[in-house]
Amino acid sequence: MQIVGVMKSETINKLKISANAAKYDVSCASSGSNRANKGKGIGNASPWGICHSFTEDGRCVSLMKLMLTNYCIYDCAYCANRKSNDIQRTTFAVKEVVDLTIEFYRRNYIEGLFLSSGVINNPDYTMERMVRVARDLRVNHNYNGYIHLKSIPGASDDLQQKAGLYADRLSVNIEIASEPNLKMLAPDKNFSSILEPMDTIKTKIIENKEERRKFKHAKSFSPSGQSTQLIVGATPDTDQSILTLAGSLYRNKYLKRVYYSGFIPVNSYDKRLPTLTEPPLKRENRLYQTDWLFRFYNYRIDEIVNEDHPNLDLEIDPKLSYALRNPWLYPIDINKASYELILRVPGIGVLSAKKIVLARRYGKLGLINLKKIGVVLKRAKYFITCNELKSPTINELLPQNVRQIILSEKQAKRKLKTNNTQLSLFTTT
Amino acid sequence: MNILIYDNTFEGLLTAVHDALDLNLIPSKILRRNSFQDDLFATKYEIDADLDKFESLWDELKKKTNEKNCQRIFKAFLSESIDVEMIIYDYIKLILESDYNIETNFSDDSVVKINNLQKKVGRETQRVLMFVRFQKTVDDIYYASFDPKYNVIPLTLNHFRNRFADQKWVIFDTRRKYGYYYDLESVQQITIGNKKVSMESGKVNSESLHVSEKLFQKLWKGYYDAINISERKNIKVHMQFLPKRFWKFLPEKDFKNSLTKA
Repeated sequence: MQIVGVMKSETINKLKISANAAKYDVSCASSGSNRANKGKGIGNASPWGICHSFTEDGRCVSLMKLMLTNYCIYDCAYCANRKSNDIQRTTFAVKEVVDLTIEFYRRNYIEGLFLSSGVINNPDYTMERMVRVARDLRVNHNYNGYIHLKSIPGASDDLQQKAGLYADRLSVNIEIASEPNLKMLAPDKNFSSILEPMDTIKTKIIENKEERRKFKHAKSFSPSGQSTQLIVGATPDTDQSILTLAGSLYRNKYLKRVYYSGFIPVNSYDKRLPTLTEPPLKRENRLYQTDWLFRFYNYRIDEIVNEDHPNLDLEIDPKLSYALRNPWLYPIDINKASYELILRVPGIGVLSAKKIVLARRYGKLGLINLKKIGVVLKRAKYFITCNELKSPTINELLPQNVRQIILSEKQAKRKLKTNNTQLSLFTTT
Repeated sequence: MNILIYDNTFEGLLTAVHDALDLNLIPSKILRRNSFQDDLFATKYEIDADLDKFESLWDELKKKTNEKNCQRIFKAFLSESIDVEMIIYDYIKLILESDYNIETNFSDDSVVKINNLQKKVGRETQRVLMFVRFQKTVDDIYYASFDPKYNVIPLTLNHFRNRFADQKWVIFDTRRKYGYYYDLESVQQITIGNKKVSMESGKVNSESLHVSEKLFQKLWKGYYDAINISERKNIKVHMQFLPKRFWKFLPEKDFKNSLTKA
């Protein structure tokens, strides 16, 4: 009983400080790994990932995000944990993190652990302690749940190798999309110090895949790949430079995910940073939409952002924006066009496009069929023809008018909503 | 007017569908025995599950479509929706009368209806996996209550058995008053007769809780509050992803309540 009491106040405090320090890391994905529960141990990793809660900011809570310590020898301008900040600091013992992970996991609070750390003493020292947590979970507790480890730039290859054997995913955060701006805000870092560990991880993942092809029982190395994070709005970098970097990371470093994090002014006293009234959440959202178009809709990055359009349109989504800029590609014939072309219709997602291709084998599709399939006709109707009388498309109406119609419909919908709430207030009083 | 009345089970429903198709009987309604109120003007057929008939129909459905599609029918059944029996009847009839697999004909009404129902059931199943919270008891059993809209707990058992293979657990459906217990060997269906668990709040009373349980609930609540970024507050999205009906099971949303009541 006494021991429980002691653990209580101290651990609760540590947990709060550590979570508070780790919360700006947006990665929370627990998907992509298929680790089975071997020999009746604890847990497994489900390939599609599971969210277990949602905080008031609307973000999903899947992994327990902790910093092993929030002490740090670096002084990066955008980071809440920079060494010059006078904040509460704490360091976990390896066993504390292991116990918390196991106890939370057993109660179905979490899918697993996301562990990062401030850099203390030197990169190897820091990374070694993180690897110990992962090793203890896997080896001593037979824990098969998800583990995401943040790789510490500058740590030895040997430690990266060990980390990858215990973790489901490794990540190295780039944070700032261009090197001069990175150097200005984080004088201790440069691109090569970040890209080098990425390359090491990439090589090991490829080697490991080859090895597992030959030897079925070879241990997997970071089976859920690697990811990174880019801060948006802390520097004047354009969406074009952010997305071009992201695209090349996907292509050349085989990253599984690039995360975008709207800059939250944690160190407003630092004059190198812009003053923002609120975090650029809309822009962040548009970047994610473009990321999706790139990964699941077969768009090239330069089709969405380029020299003529270096920044994303905040009023409308990037897919609609692309369609309005390229009216000659439309209308697309739903009953004849290829899957790839149907994917380019605003208002039709991956699932609807697949259903259309399957369903049209049974007969020609009209508007009612499309609606049942789940197509958002309010948008799609300007960009398609189907088994129906012809209605005006983008070519007759002209792009700027379609844009106006869609925007005003959006506004009207919002207005209707506020009117309704006012009305119900009125009737109940 | 023909009314088929079956014994509330899935096997019973498929037996009824089997008989109706066999006898060329067009049902106007298919009802559960426990929801049937007498109707003087209808011709009533009482049907009990017949496993041979069930299996012969089930096998034929598998042959004409596939295993996954048959699971769709079962999932739709678990929705307990008031018209689910007729939707299933129409869908089965469509499958048997077509020369080819109609599974992906998304412009057909009964295909759309089955798919919508099974999607709702699938979504609720996912929510059980997300929001079940175990409370550790004095006898080292991890207990969880849930109040699912549809009868989906059976669909979650494999997941929990694989994941929590080395701990005893119970998942109890407080709406349908039954649950499942895993004793490290197998999963059994159970009911609960004692007062150690509140059917309203879903909580284990404090004498039956493990000594460490409240500490970990408090740690979790502390973590949950600290991980929130207040500058990004977005209650609309929060409520959309985490509807209020689940809050009473979540220590992070309902901790005050669990301390006073437990």
